[in-house]
Amino acid sequence: MEEQFAKTEIRKPENIVYKKTDLMVDRPLSYCPGCGHGTAHRMLMEVLEEMDIADKTIGVSPVGCSVLAYDFLNIDMLGAAHGRAPALATAIKRLWPNHFVFTYQGDGDLAAIGTAETIHACNRGENITIIFINNGIYGMTGGQMAPTTLPGMRSSTSPYGRDVATMGHPLKITELISHLPGVYYVTRQAVHTPNHVRKTKKAIRKALELQKENKGLCFIEIVSNCNSGWKMTPVQSNKWMEENMFPFYQLGDIKVDGKLIELPKTS
Amino acid sequence: MAKIIGDIAINNERCKGCEVCIAACPFTVIAMSKEVNSKGYHFAIKVNGECTGCTNCAIVCPDGVITVYRAKVATV
Repeated sequence: MEEQFAKTEIRKPENIVYKKTDLMVDRPLSYCPGCGHGTAHRMLMEVLEEMDIADKTIGVSPVGCSVLAYDFLNIDMLGAAHGRAPALATAIKRLWPNHFVFTYQGDGDLAAIGTAETIHACNRGENITIIFINNGIYGMTGGQMAPTTLPGMRSSTSPYGRDVATMGHPLKITELISHLPGVYYVTRQAVHTPNHVRKTKKAIRKALELQKENKGLCFIEIVSNCNSGWKMTPVQSNKWMEENMFPFYQLGDIKVDGKLIELPKTS
Repeated sequence: MAKIIGDIAINNERCKGCEVCIAACPFTVIAMSKEVNSKGYHFAIKVNGECTGCTNCAIVCPDGVITVYRAKVATV
Protein backbone atom coordinates (compact mmCIF):
# COMPACT_ATOMS: atom_id res chain seq x y z
CA MET A 1 0.00 0.00 0.00
CA GLU A 2 2.86 2.30 0.87
CA GLU A 3 4.58 1.82 -2.46
CA GLN A 4 1.57 3.24 -4.26
CA PHE A 5 2.43 6.74 -2.97
CA ALA A 6 6.19 6.38 -3.01
CA LYS A 7 7.92 8.82 -5.32
CA THR A 8 10.74 6.46 -6.17
CA GLU A 9 12.14 8.82 -8.79
CA ILE A 10 13.41 11.21 -6.10
CA ARG A 11 14.77 8.51 -3.77
CA LYS A 12 18.38 9.22 -4.58
CA PRO A 13 21.26 9.84 -2.17
CA GLU A 14 21.65 13.45 -3.35
CA ASN A 15 18.02 14.21 -2.48
CA ILE A 16 18.24 13.02 1.14
CA VAL A 17 17.42 15.92 3.44
CA TYR A 18 17.22 13.94 6.67
CA LYS A 19 18.38 10.54 7.76
CA LYS A 20 19.50 8.97 10.99
CA THR A 21 23.06 10.05 11.63
CA ASP A 22 25.83 7.48 11.25
CA LEU A 23 26.96 8.27 14.79
CA MET A 24 23.97 6.29 16.00
CA VAL A 25 24.81 2.59 15.91
CA ASP A 26 22.52 0.79 13.49
CA ARG A 27 20.67 -1.41 15.96
CA PRO A 28 17.19 -1.17 17.49
CA LEU A 29 17.01 1.10 20.54
CA SER A 30 16.02 -0.66 23.75
CA TYR A 31 13.61 2.13 24.73
CA CYS A 32 9.82 1.88 24.77
CA PRO A 33 7.87 3.15 21.75
CA GLY A 34 7.61 6.93 21.84
CA CYS A 35 10.29 7.45 24.50
CA GLY A 36 12.12 10.75 24.26
CA HIS A 37 15.52 9.12 24.90
CA GLY A 38 15.88 8.10 21.27
CA THR A 39 15.29 11.63 20.02
CA ALA A 40 17.63 13.11 22.63
CA HIS A 41 20.37 10.62 21.69
CA ARG A 42 20.00 11.44 18.01
CA MET A 43 20.07 15.22 18.53
CA LEU A 44 23.23 14.90 20.60
CA MET A 45 24.88 12.81 17.91
CA GLU A 46 23.78 15.22 15.18
CA VAL A 47 25.41 18.09 17.04
CA LEU A 48 28.65 16.11 17.40
CA GLU A 49 28.51 15.32 13.69
CA GLU A 50 27.91 18.95 12.72
CA MET A 51 30.73 20.18 14.96
CA ASP A 52 32.94 17.29 13.76
CA ILE A 53 34.09 16.48 17.29
CA ALA A 54 32.88 12.89 17.59
CA ASP A 55 36.41 11.50 17.88
CA LYS A 56 37.28 13.88 20.72
CA THR A 57 34.10 13.47 22.72
CA ILE A 58 33.74 11.23 25.76
CA GLY A 59 30.31 10.56 27.19
CA VAL A 60 29.33 9.17 30.56
CA SER A 61 26.22 7.06 30.72
CA PRO A 62 24.15 6.82 33.91
CA VAL A 63 22.16 4.09 35.57
CA GLY A 64 18.55 3.97 34.45
CA CYS A 65 16.88 3.41 31.11
CA SER A 66 19.76 5.08 29.30
CA VAL A 67 22.38 2.85 30.94
CA LEU A 68 22.81 1.19 27.55
CA ALA A 69 23.47 4.51 25.79
CA TYR A 70 26.99 3.27 25.01
CA ASP A 71 25.43 0.56 22.87
CA PHE A 72 23.70 3.14 20.69
CA LEU A 73 26.07 6.10 20.55
CA ASN A 74 29.06 5.43 18.33
CA ILE A 75 31.51 7.47 20.42
CA ASP A 76 33.73 6.80 23.43
CA MET A 77 31.55 6.21 26.47
CA LEU A 78 32.03 5.20 30.07
CA GLY A 79 29.45 3.83 32.46
CA ALA A 80 29.37 5.45 35.90
CA ALA A 81 28.15 4.06 39.19
CA HIS A 82 24.61 5.16 40.01
CA GLY A 83 24.52 8.96 40.22
CA ARG A 84 28.29 9.39 39.98
CA ALA A 85 28.43 10.47 36.36
CA PRO A 86 29.38 14.13 37.09
CA ALA A 87 32.25 12.95 39.33
CA LEU A 88 33.54 10.62 36.63
CA ALA A 89 33.11 13.32 34.00
CA THR A 90 35.13 15.70 36.21
CA ALA A 91 38.01 13.23 36.24
CA ILE A 92 37.83 12.66 32.49
CA LYS A 93 37.77 16.39 31.74
CA ARG A 94 40.72 17.08 34.02
CA LEU A 95 42.76 14.31 32.43
CA TRP A 96 41.72 15.21 28.88
CA PRO A 97 41.10 18.97 28.99
CA ASN A 98 40.94 19.26 25.20
CA HIS A 99 38.23 16.65 24.87
CA PHE A 100 34.51 17.29 25.03
CA VAL A 101 32.90 15.55 27.99
CA PHE A 102 29.20 15.15 28.62
CA THR A 103 27.05 13.18 30.99
CA TYR A 104 23.63 11.90 30.03
CA GLN A 105 21.50 11.27 33.10
CA GLY A 106 17.92 10.65 34.09
CA ASP A 107 16.08 12.18 37.01
CA GLY A 108 16.50 9.20 39.29
CA ASP A 109 20.23 9.22 38.66
CA LEU A 110 20.89 12.96 38.74
CA ALA A 111 18.27 14.29 41.14
CA ALA A 112 18.06 11.45 43.67
CA ILE A 113 21.16 9.34 44.30
CA GLY A 114 23.49 11.69 42.47
CA THR A 115 22.39 14.99 44.01
CA ALA A 116 25.67 15.48 45.86
CA GLU A 117 27.85 14.77 42.83
CA THR A 118 25.69 16.99 40.62
CA ILE A 119 25.63 19.95 42.97
CA HIS A 120 29.35 19.80 43.72
CA ALA A 121 30.36 19.37 40.07
CA CYS A 122 28.17 22.39 39.29
CA ASN A 123 29.61 24.35 42.19
CA ARG A 124 33.17 23.63 41.10
CA GLY A 125 32.20 24.86 37.63
CA GLU A 126 33.71 21.91 35.79
CA ASN A 127 33.88 22.39 32.03
CA ILE A 128 31.47 19.59 31.26
CA THR A 129 27.99 19.41 29.79
CA ILE A 130 25.24 17.67 31.74
CA ILE A 131 22.20 16.46 29.81
CA PHE A 132 19.40 15.71 32.23
CA ILE A 133 16.33 13.81 31.04
CA ASN A 134 13.43 14.51 33.39
CA ASN A 135 10.38 12.30 33.09
CA GLY A 136 9.16 12.62 36.67
CA ILE A 137 9.40 8.92 37.43
CA TYR A 138 11.81 6.02 37.84
CA GLY A 139 11.13 4.56 34.42
CA MET A 140 13.39 1.52 34.29
CA THR A 141 12.53 -0.03 37.64
CA GLY A 142 8.77 0.09 37.14
CA GLY A 143 7.49 3.62 37.51
CA GLN A 144 8.22 4.37 41.17
CA MET A 145 7.97 7.90 42.57
CA ALA A 146 11.05 10.02 41.86
CA PRO A 147 12.12 13.33 43.45
CA THR A 148 10.76 15.05 40.35
CA THR A 149 7.29 13.44 40.49
CA LEU A 150 4.61 16.14 40.42
CA PRO A 151 2.27 16.70 43.40
CA GLY A 152 -0.77 14.46 42.97
CA MET A 153 0.91 12.42 40.23
CA ARG A 154 0.30 8.69 40.44
CA SER A 155 3.18 6.27 40.36
CA SER A 156 3.57 2.68 41.46
CA THR A 157 4.77 3.77 44.92
CA SER A 158 2.30 6.66 45.21
CA PRO A 159 -0.87 5.01 43.83
CA TYR A 160 -3.14 7.72 45.29
CA GLY A 161 -1.00 10.52 43.94
CA ARG A 162 2.02 12.20 45.49
CA ASP A 163 1.01 13.73 48.81
CA VAL A 164 3.38 16.59 49.53
CA ALA A 165 2.64 16.43 53.29
CA THR A 166 4.20 13.00 53.65
CA MET A 167 6.25 12.57 50.47
CA GLY A 168 7.71 16.02 50.09
CA HIS A 169 7.71 18.49 47.24
CA PRO A 170 9.11 17.84 43.77
CA LEU A 171 12.74 18.86 43.41
CA LYS A 172 13.48 21.47 40.77
CA ILE A 173 17.16 20.65 40.61
CA THR A 174 17.67 22.73 37.48
CA GLU A 175 16.58 25.92 39.25
CA LEU A 176 18.60 24.85 42.28
CA ILE A 177 21.90 24.53 40.45
CA SER A 178 21.27 27.62 38.31
CA HIS A 179 22.08 29.76 41.36
CA LEU A 180 25.59 28.32 41.65
CA PRO A 181 28.31 30.62 40.29
CA GLY A 182 30.20 27.85 38.47
CA VAL A 183 27.27 27.16 36.18
CA TYR A 184 27.35 29.16 32.95
CA TYR A 185 24.37 28.03 30.90
CA VAL A 186 21.16 26.38 32.14
CA THR A 187 18.18 25.63 29.97
CA ARG A 188 15.09 23.43 29.97
CA GLN A 189 13.81 21.95 26.73
CA ALA A 190 11.59 19.14 25.45
CA VAL A 191 11.69 16.67 22.55
CA HIS A 192 8.05 15.85 21.81
CA THR A 193 7.35 18.13 18.82
CA PRO A 194 9.57 19.09 15.86
CA ASN A 195 9.81 22.66 17.12
CA HIS A 196 10.97 21.61 20.58
CA VAL A 197 13.42 19.09 19.13
CA ARG A 198 15.04 21.81 17.01
CA LYS A 199 15.33 24.08 20.06
CA THR A 200 16.88 21.25 22.05
CA LYS A 201 19.44 20.66 19.34
CA LYS A 202 20.36 24.34 19.37
CA ALA A 203 20.75 24.24 23.14
CA ILE A 204 23.03 21.18 22.98
CA ARG A 205 25.09 22.88 20.28
CA LYS A 206 25.39 26.03 22.37
CA ALA A 207 26.46 24.04 25.42
CA LEU A 208 29.21 22.24 23.52
CA GLU A 209 30.42 25.48 21.92
CA LEU A 210 30.66 26.99 25.40
CA GLN A 211 32.57 23.94 26.61
CA LYS A 212 35.11 24.60 23.86
CA GLU A 213 35.60 28.09 25.31
CA ASN A 214 36.00 26.69 28.87
CA LYS A 215 33.19 28.87 30.18
CA GLY A 216 31.98 26.55 32.91
CA LEU A 217 29.35 23.92 33.38
CA CYS A 218 26.40 23.82 30.98
CA PHE A 219 23.25 22.07 32.11
CA ILE A 220 20.45 21.06 29.74
CA GLU A 221 17.27 19.61 31.19
CA ILE A 222 15.04 17.80 28.70
CA VAL A 223 11.51 17.24 29.97
CA SER A 224 10.50 13.93 28.47
CA ASN A 225 7.64 11.48 28.64
CA CYS A 226 7.60 8.01 30.15
CA ASN A 227 4.53 6.53 28.57
CA SER A 228 5.11 3.07 30.10
CA GLY A 229 5.59 4.49 33.58
CA TRP A 230 2.70 6.92 33.24
CA LYS A 231 0.49 4.13 31.81
CA MET A 232 -0.51 6.08 28.69
CA THR A 233 0.00 5.87 24.95
CA PRO A 234 2.90 7.94 23.60
CA VAL A 235 0.59 10.58 22.09
CA GLN A 236 -1.49 10.80 25.29
CA SER A 237 1.61 11.08 27.40
CA ASN A 238 2.95 13.94 25.27
CA LYS A 239 -0.36 15.76 25.75
CA TRP A 240 -0.34 15.02 29.48
CA MET A 241 3.21 16.31 29.67
CA GLU A 242 2.22 19.58 27.98
CA GLU A 243 -0.73 20.05 30.33
CA ASN A 244 0.86 18.98 33.60
CA MET A 245 4.65 18.91 33.42
CA PHE A 246 5.23 22.16 31.52
CA PRO A 247 3.34 24.47 33.94
CA PHE A 248 5.60 23.19 36.72
CA TYR A 249 8.80 22.66 34.75
CA GLN A 250 8.67 25.75 32.55
CA LEU A 251 10.57 25.47 29.30
CA GLY A 252 13.14 28.02 28.27
CA ASP A 253 16.54 29.36 29.22
CA ILE A 254 17.13 29.77 32.96
CA LYS A 255 20.69 31.04 32.94
CA VAL A 256 22.48 32.44 29.91
CA ASP A 257 26.09 33.70 29.88
CA GLY A 258 26.29 33.27 33.63
CA LYS A 259 23.28 35.51 34.30
CA LEU A 260 19.94 34.30 35.65
CA ILE A 261 16.88 35.03 33.54
CA GLU A 262 13.70 36.03 35.36
CA LEU A 263 10.98 33.47 34.72
CA PRO A 264 7.30 34.21 35.20
CA LYS A 265 6.07 32.94 38.57
CA THR A 266 4.73 29.39 38.63
CA SER A 267 1.47 28.67 40.35
CA MET B 1 7.72 26.43 -13.09
CA ALA B 2 9.46 24.31 -10.53
CA LYS B 3 7.76 22.44 -7.76
CA ILE B 4 9.19 20.94 -4.59
CA ILE B 5 8.23 17.35 -3.98
CA GLY B 6 9.11 15.24 -1.01
CA ASP B 7 9.08 11.61 -0.08
CA ILE B 8 9.65 9.58 3.04
CA ALA B 9 11.03 6.07 3.37
CA ILE B 10 10.05 4.29 6.58
CA ASN B 11 12.05 1.38 7.93
CA ASN B 12 9.09 -0.87 8.80
CA GLU B 13 11.07 -3.35 10.85
CA ARG B 14 12.48 -0.66 13.15
CA CYS B 15 9.20 1.26 13.59
CA LYS B 16 7.69 0.77 17.05
CA GLY B 17 4.32 2.30 16.19
CA CYS B 18 4.38 5.16 18.71
CA GLU B 19 2.39 7.44 16.33
CA VAL B 20 4.36 10.56 17.29
CA CYS B 21 5.12 11.19 13.60
CA ILE B 22 1.40 11.26 12.77
CA ALA B 23 0.85 14.19 15.12
CA ALA B 24 3.91 15.97 13.71
CA CYS B 25 2.96 15.75 10.02
CA PRO B 26 1.25 18.93 8.74
CA PHE B 27 -0.31 17.13 5.74
CA THR B 28 -1.49 13.86 7.36
CA VAL B 29 0.75 11.88 5.05
CA ILE B 30 1.37 9.17 7.65
CA ALA B 31 -1.02 6.64 9.17
CA MET B 32 -0.63 3.29 10.90
CA SER B 33 -0.66 0.06 8.92
CA LYS B 34 -3.11 -2.76 9.53
CA GLU B 35 -0.26 -5.26 9.28
CA VAL B 36 2.36 -5.74 11.95
CA ASN B 37 6.10 -6.12 11.65
CA SER B 38 8.12 -9.03 13.02
CA LYS B 39 8.07 -7.52 16.51
CA GLY B 40 4.28 -7.19 16.45
CA TYR B 41 4.09 -3.42 16.12
CA HIS B 42 1.76 -1.67 13.70
CA PHE B 43 4.18 0.42 11.67
CA ALA B 44 3.81 3.86 10.10
CA ILE B 45 2.98 4.00 6.39
CA LYS B 46 2.59 6.74 3.81
CA VAL B 47 -1.06 7.12 2.81
CA ASN B 48 -1.03 10.00 0.33
CA GLY B 49 1.30 11.82 -2.00
CA GLU B 50 1.25 15.25 -0.35
CA CYS B 51 4.63 15.00 1.36
CA THR B 52 6.73 18.14 0.96
CA GLY B 53 9.83 16.77 2.67
CA CYS B 54 9.57 19.09 5.68
CA THR B 55 11.42 16.52 7.88
CA ASN B 56 9.10 17.07 10.88
CA CYS B 57 8.23 13.36 11.15
CA ALA B 58 11.84 12.25 10.88
CA ILE B 59 13.00 14.73 13.52
CA VAL B 60 10.49 13.60 16.17
CA CYS B 61 10.81 9.89 15.42
CA PRO B 62 12.47 8.48 18.57
CA ASP B 63 13.94 5.56 16.67
CA GLY B 64 15.05 7.52 13.62
CA VAL B 65 13.37 5.16 11.16
CA ILE B 66 12.31 7.82 8.63
CA THR B 67 14.54 9.01 5.80
CA VAL B 68 13.32 12.13 4.01
CA TYR B 69 13.96 13.02 0.37
CA ARG B 70 13.23 16.35 -1.24
CA ALA B 71 13.75 17.45 -4.83
CA LYS B 72 12.84 20.33 -7.07
CA VAL B 73 11.21 19.14 -10.27
CA ALA B 74 10.15 21.13 -13.30
CA THR B 75 6.43 21.14 -14.05
CA VAL B 76 4.89 22.03 -17.37
